[in-house]
Amino acid sequence: MHVVVITKSVPDTEATVTVDGSGNVSWGDKLVINPWDEYAITEAILLKGAHNVTATIMTIGPDEHKEALKHGLAIGCDQAIQVWDAALEGHDSLAYATAAAAAINKLGDVDLVIFGKELSDIASDIHVFQTARKLGWTALGSVAKIDAIDFGAKTIQVQRLVEQGIQVVTSQLPAVISVIKDINEPKYPTFIGIRKAAKADMPLWDSAELGLSADDLAAPVKVTGYRELPKREGAVQMIDGASAAEQAATLADKLLEEKVL
Amino acid sequence: MDFTLNDEQRMYQDAVRNFCEREIAPFAAEIDKSGQLRMDAIAKMPDLGLTGLQVPEEYGGADLDSICTAIAMEELGAVCGSTGLSVEAHNELCCLPIVKWGTDEQKQRFLPRLTSGEVLGSLALTEPDAGSDLTGTQTRAVKDGSEWVINGSKAWITNASLAPVIVTLVKTQPDAGSAGFSQMLIETDRAGLEIAPPEKKMGTCASPAHVLTFTDVRVPVENLLGQEGRGLHQTLATLDSGRIAVGALCVGLARAAFQHALAYTQERQAFGQRLVDHQAIQFKLADAATQIEAARLLVYRAAWAKDRGEKYTRLASMAKLFASEIVESIAFEAIQIHGGYGYSREFPLERIYRDQRVMSIGEGTSEINRIVIARQLLAN
Repeated sequence: MHVVVITKSVPDTEATVTVDGSGNVSWGDKLVINPWDEYAITEAILLKGAHNVTATIMTIGPDEHKEALKHGLAIGCDQAIQVWDAALEGHDSLAYATAAAAAINKLGDVDLVIFGKELSDIASDIHVFQTARKLGWTALGSVAKIDAIDFGAKTIQVQRLVEQGIQVVTSQLPAVISVIKDINEPKYPTFIGIRKAAKADMPLWDSAELGLSADDLAAPVKVTGYRELPKREGAVQMIDGASAAEQAATLADKLLEEKVL
Repeated sequence: MDFTLNDEQRMYQDAVRNFCEREIAPFAAEIDKSGQLRMDAIAKMPDLGLTGLQVPEEYGGADLDSICTAIAMEELGAVCGSTGLSVEAHNELCCLPIVKWGTDEQKQRFLPRLTSGEVLGSLALTEPDAGSDLTGTQTRAVKDGSEWVINGSKAWITNASLAPVIVTLVKTQPDAGSAGFSQMLIETDRAGLEIAPPEKKMGTCASPAHVLTFTDVRVPVENLLGQEGRGLHQTLATLDSGRIAVGALCVGLARAAFQHALAYTQERQAFGQRLVDHQAIQFKLADAATQIEAARLLVYRAAWAKDRGEKYTRLASMAKLFASEIVESIAFEAIQIHGGYGYSREFPLERIYRDQRVMSIGEGTSEINRIVIARQLLAN
């Protein structure tokens, strides 16, 4: 019985991201764990407490993502695995999913993969569904609650937040889920976890280890550049008038003129 | 020489900072106003070891080093002076003497409860008529069969109303000079102990400080902490360690004041340019950053010496003296930079300024620390 959380480090949500004239991006000084993943890790730790499962934290990325792995260990994950290979440099979500699925298959006994709802840096969750597709497993996005999970009978029932309300879904395990803020209150690292994380040995799995070729990891989608949005120009206009009603009338006329109304 | 934090220390700093920003900072202004420490936040502290920083794990503590302790104190100080002061007093003034001088039985009896996050511990030294001069302590303990009987009063006792037990300095032998004092573990539910309502203070308003009155309070002889007659020595050693932690709290308070000032100077315009573009303002910021760096180094240096088992009395006093004096000037200048906004209760600087003021008084005034430093210099 095994639960895997897949995480990555992202720029601090409070950092100022800038793009220079040549399209080079500065992501700020500090990376933090993808904020959504704190819910995913916490859910894995809660499942570990309730069902005696192994909780593994995994990242698909170079060394800067090891901080996210350590964060997972500090909260209470049992082991951490880094997946990276030079062939993944400039990867897209499909190559990411290929590597993630291969690593999950290598672990062998995985019942549940948990992702945070999305990656906060690129505001995308497509990798969640591509990973499920590569594994051939059910994908359940935006999970607000795990109602029931039976690792013996290999079944799960979850509540998904959909636009119209809550959808209750049952599925077979293994499955891939992504979780939203409603699912739990994120746990903080513990001093015991930090002590363990500081000394942890985190194996690195490369493409050879995963049995993947450079072709398997080729990215069909390439990012060709970044540029900043044009700055929005604004100007303040004071509306004169003898009375509030007159000012309101002038304002309404101006708004109609600008086709705002 | 290596000035970098190790992996464990750096991760601990990140974790405590994150905890403080989420669990303590949002409530700092509110608890300053209400005067009520937020025990919900204290209850979440044991997992991070904040309620037993240097208590062995077998008693529910985290058994962290003194650098991690300083890190924790700086982070607490940076978000809330009240919470910082109460957690500091709990760890340094109550848990530590029990860890250091308690018998196995005493440790077993008191430490698991103290580290639980449900309570905070307390130390009682100061009296209405004796503060810096601890040899003036009048609270008397007289042995009566298998019990000590305690009479007297104490003042400014932090956390007393939140504590299950108070480490109390008492006079056990009136004619023995400095060897006439002992530390006594006094449970707060003992008959004859009265804890007055919290004092109305200038700052650290949610960290309760009380007058205690002991009227024929009886505790079993097993409640003597350490050796009879060594109470003054034990108290001074306790204060040495506490001074590093208070120094760290000051670094945190100073850092918070500085960060507010740094941000504001980049937003506010005056005379056609941002405040930060005025050299007079840049000089203030440069001074503050330098002072914070120097204070933190002194704090770490003292903590490092303590962990190495070296004598650190002088370094601890230096760290506390320097940090508690620079925090006042940094808070002052940060308010100066903010002008009217700095003086307003709607903004945090006014609270930081009030909270920092006690740091050059409690656990050894600046004057006492100068005496300690000078004595150490002259002794060599």
